Amino acid sequence: MFHIYCPYCEELREEEEFHPKGQAHIERPKDPEACSDEEWGDYLFFRDNPRGIHHELWVHAVGCRKFFNITRNTVTYDILETYKMGEQPRVTAESLASQQTQGNVQVASGGQQTVGASSAAAEAIKGEQA
Amino acid sequence: MQRYSGFGLAKHALSHHENWERQWRNPTPKKQYDVIIVGGGGHGLATAYYLAKEHGIRNVAVVEKGWLGGGNTARNTTIVRSNYLWDEAAALYEHAMKLWEGLSQDLNYNVMFSQRGVMNLGHTLQDMRDIQRRVNANRLNGIDSEVLTPEQIQQIVPIMDCSKNARYPILGASWQPRAGVARHDAVAWGFARAADALGVDLLQNTEVTGFKIRDGRVFGVHTNRGDIEAKTVGCVAAGNSGVLAKMAGFRLPLESHPLQALVSEPLKPVLDTVVMSNHVHGYISQTDKGDLVIGAGIDGYNGYGQRGSYPTVEHTLQAIVEMFPIFSRVRMNRQWGGIVDTCPDACPILSKTPVKGLFFNCGWGTGGFKATPGSGHVFAWTLAKGQAHPLAAPFSIDRFHSGALVDEHGAAGVAH
Repeated sequence: MFHIYCPYCEELREEEEFHPKGQAHIERPKDPEACSDEEWGDYLFFRDNPRGIHHELWVHAVGCRKFFNITRNTVTYDILETYKMGEQPRVTAESLASQQTQGNVQVASGGQQTVGASSAAAEAIKGEQA
Repeated sequence: MQRYSGFGLAKHALSHHENWERQWRNPTPKKQYDVIIVGGGGHGLATAYYLAKEHGIRNVAVVEKGWLGGGNTARNTTIVRSNYLWDEAAALYEHAMKLWEGLSQDLNYNVMFSQRGVMNLGHTLQDMRDIQRRVNANRLNGIDSEVLTPEQIQQIVPIMDCSKNARYPILGASWQPRAGVARHDAVAWGFARAADALGVDLLQNTEVTGFKIRDGRVFGVHTNRGDIEAKTVGCVAAGNSGVLAKMAGFRLPLESHPLQALVSEPLKPVLDTVVMSNHVHGYISQTDKGDLVIGAGIDGYNGYGQRGSYPTVEHTLQAIVEMFPIFSRVRMNRQWGGIVDTCPDACPILSKTPVKGLFFNCGWGTGGFKATPGSGHVFAWTLAKGQAHPLAAPFSIDRFHSGALVDEHGAAGVAH
């Protein structure tokens, strides 16, 4: 069960209040009529589907009903941060890779997962919240 | 290959079953093969088997990062059916169904294919309209399919709550008598043993770490056990297909989701068919061992973790207990997840790719097990001839740019 920090409600809430809506930061082509079939098909159907860091859109369906973004690891399921619409992620695959080379992994406060989360990440979240 | 038979069983009983030969070899990778198959699950092993058997291409390697049949082949709910709505999908799944019907004999391996019938329940008027449409489409395609009334359902499954007082009353069902279940591990092992006997090298614990591509053409793979060369490479990697495509430098219209299932403690025989409900979202059958096998829906988020979320388990069990109040005290034994590669139109991708010589068989999403022999059969043809098998042609990756999707969400949504 995820505990997700809604950046609008500013509270940790349970997974069942939310719905995932797929990859974040997908921009609808400004002039769809001018798109080639390739561009339009790519926009509609093709997704990154990474094994690792993923930026995704969620909606707080039975809460404030607002859309927001989550940066999450698709293997460990750790939630690394949540941020409002229109904002850019602070944690990315690149930023984590560069931090790891310095031997100093920081986990931003986005929420936590109670099942299967790596204990180090959970500790880091607790530490930062405290 | 030592053939299995009743006589063999009796003969080996004399030596306390200690002298059975191994089912397949554990070869060292050669430098070069004619064809490399990436992924040693049911579909990959079936592809290798039919390549060797039907096309005489025996210099084949199956490269598997874990052990054979350790992914979704071992994690599904073993349901086999072919009652799909659209002509293209129905033809592909019915092709598989016909192969299932002779598979145990063909492989000389008991895959325990049991045609016990599959029932899709309808709980609303719209469900019933969809069921009637699908049944009619099936019959036009020569697939056995019927609409059942609640009275007929009650006769087939006496323990189900078919009363009008149910929270979601059962109004009817579609019924495919030839559908059923098969033993999932035996399918992988049977194909592996038969492929190995024809000379296919099954390379376990061998992980593909990259493709050797030059001038837009594949000529091998990098693995953790060294480079292996081949002019034709077929990827059959289910949930990890997107990761492989990224290595080869292109994207696929797939999203990987956890899909979970659970089994109960073993019970005496109580349910001799397969019951599925899209509306309340759960499906159930009973194994020969007695466990109830219960399938849930996918988790909505992307994930590679091979485990599902608890809310999904809870919703599924609510649906099962709603349909079968008799199961309310049954205890669940195990729960697990597999990673399914879902396509936007709930149909697979059997296709060439932008890289010459590199083919993908993926996107089976939540319902690939039922297609195992058919998928392998048409993909082997595709690899051998370098062009799509007529049954695979509608499932090209081009359809996501041309718009010719095969929308099977109705028939594939929940049911596996």
